[in-house]
Amino acid sequence: MLDKATPLVEMRNISLSFGGIHAVDDVSVDLYPGEVMGLLGHNGAGKSCLIKVLSGAYHRDEGTILIDGAEVTINNPRDAKAFGIETIYQTLAVADNVDAAANLFLGRELRTGWGTLDDVAMEAETRKVMGRLNPNFRRFKTPVKALSGGQRQSVAIARAIHFNARILIMDEPTAALGPQETQQVADLILQLKADGIGIFLISHDIHDVFDLADRVCVMKNGKLVGTAKTSEVTKDEVLGMIILGKCPPQAVPGPGAVTV
Amino acid sequence: MSEQAAPSLKTKSGGGGNNLIARFLAATEIDTRMLGMLGALVLVWIVFNVASGGIFLTPRNLWNLSVQTAAVSVMATGMVLVIVTRNIDLSVGSVVGFVGMVMAVTQAEILPHFVGFDFWGTWILTLIVGIGLGALIGAVQGYIIAYLRVPAFIVTLGGYLVWRGGAWWVTSGRTVAPLDSAFQLMGGGPLGSIGFLPSWIVGIIACIAIVYTVIDNRRQRLRYNFPLKPIWAEVTIGVIGCAATLAAIAVFNAYPWPHLIAEKYAAANNITVPPEGLFISSGIAVPVLMAISVAVAMNFIAGRTRFGRYVFAMGGNPEAAELAGINTRWVTMKIFILMGILCAISAAIASARLNAATNALGTLNELYVIAAAVIGGTSFSGGVGTIAGAMVGAVVMQSLQSGMVLVGIDSPLQSVVIGAVLVFAVWLDTLYRRRAE
Repeated sequence: MLDKATPLVEMRNISLSFGGIHAVDDVSVDLYPGEVMGLLGHNGAGKSCLIKVLSGAYHRDEGTILIDGAEVTINNPRDAKAFGIETIYQTLAVADNVDAAANLFLGRELRTGWGTLDDVAMEAETRKVMGRLNPNFRRFKTPVKALSGGQRQSVAIARAIHFNARILIMDEPTAALGPQETQQVADLILQLKADGIGIFLISHDIHDVFDLADRVCVMKNGKLVGTAKTSEVTKDEVLGMIILGKCPPQAVPGPGAVTV
Repeated sequence: MSEQAAPSLKTKSGGGGNNLIARFLAATEIDTRMLGMLGALVLVWIVFNVASGGIFLTPRNLWNLSVQTAAVSVMATGMVLVIVTRNIDLSVGSVVGFVGMVMAVTQAEILPHFVGFDFWGTWILTLIVGIGLGALIGAVQGYIIAYLRVPAFIVTLGGYLVWRGGAWWVTSGRTVAPLDSAFQLMGGGPLGSIGFLPSWIVGIIACIAIVYTVIDNRRQRLRYNFPLKPIWAEVTIGVIGCAATLAAIAVFNAYPWPHLIAEKYAAANNITVPPEGLFISSGIAVPVLMAISVAVAMNFIAGRTRFGRYVFAMGGNPEAAELAGINTRWVTMKIFILMGILCAISAAIASARLNAATNALGTLNELYVIAAAVIGGTSFSGGVGTIAGAMVGAVVMQSLQSGMVLVGIDSPLQSVVIGAVLVFAVWLDTLYRRRAE
């Protein structure tokens, strides 16, 4: 996989600070097509901040972002979407008071020849997508507020994958879900990976990520500890990276690695 | 109000033996809250009719009520969008005053220099100036709120003072009157009504639109094999809609011109006055027609356009809307521009009705407008509200006000009652919401 010449995404030397606190400090990470990159670290390690730079929610202070090898400017979520970057947020960022179809197409509504909203067409598409993702989903007319956590998450995922995402960012996608729904999300990730989509999978729990990811990238206190192939390291070694910042020899160390 | 809203609470939670009613509501997909509101309105009307000895529910009073409601209801439709996005606009009454004054000066003092008095297009030019000014005021306030991030409460509180002062400043407090004769028609009155036949034509067009909407909805759902409402439910909705429309037209047409005006008109047109008096139907008043058109347009904007969808999505979860790629600042600014335009239309109606612009025009309107939107079910926690609800809310407010005048309740007590009703209505709505969840 790594012999493919250009990565899908390359984030180089990204820094982001809030009032003197370095949330992200000189972090570089890359992602190849059809690859799942696990992004690990404690709560507050800077994972979400790093990824929000890519999704356009935050504006970086320093560093460059390359997509297909070309430098790009991402200033807001619209820019990111234009590059095929879709994000599923930890906080289940759905508009609570509108229905599933409205959420799925939020910002990209289907319109009739008159320029008005084509609600029926949107509902039809939504029924199709949800039928694939979550066949038990029936409540197309109710505001998303009334749905369960899993149902809301499937709406959020449907929204991300429906628009031919090339790069998918999943920030703790299973944090709000039960075991069965978590398994569904895992199956979905493998399916998307087979379609050649590059996925950033963010979690503070190594067990969520280790089996699904091709590589992991560990952050601690805003700094990059190191990047490793999951086939070459053990869970314990990755845990050592997360907790102690100790980089095993098989991994590529970053600036945040503790020198022993 | 409580007695009428209570059944709607019951049917929602499925309690009691109202199984048939519950099934009927489910099949027709009628909004129970809207039904409760209409019930409350009917109750208010009946109470005032009894208390006033049958004067309230006469064509004359209902016609006047419709004209009195027009100015506030136009703005209430815009206030819904403002409140849905968790903002507020306290400046609308003052904007009415300022824009009304500028429009009055434009038509009575500036335009005559260029086009002379009684130019046919004066009212159009005046309205263009007013709407442009309203949009500009809205844009300025909206820009400060959306892009400079000053809370809407503060910006429009400032606007409340600025534009009221502006209204005074334009003519140094002098009242401007009379207004252009064509412009006056926007205020209603015998001449500012469209008459018998045009009213029926408007009614029939409205009925055709209702039937078409019902059929089109069904056809759309059929196209994608979605579950359909039962035919009888569709027919019932169509029939109720058309019947209500035609009944309203009949009431408006049952209100004749006052005797003296009718006789003057007869003399001018060589019509012999029959011994029982001349009966010339008023029909729908122009301001009412304007308010209804605004409501239809706003309903379309809220429900069928991207902009409307974004407004409600932003109200429900501003962060999610932003992350979905919606330009929330620009949408916010557009809402305030729209509000400014509606204020200008309202100012035209209010000043035309008075046939004058005073620096007090629109005073306290902000409170009536906000109250109408809130009584109509718009939630301050954002994301919830309907245009139709705000219209009904405006009618409820105006009914209370003119009903109390009719019954002869003292002026201070009127304010007390209206204030209490506002709080009570919102409390009732909070209860309803909690039950619905």
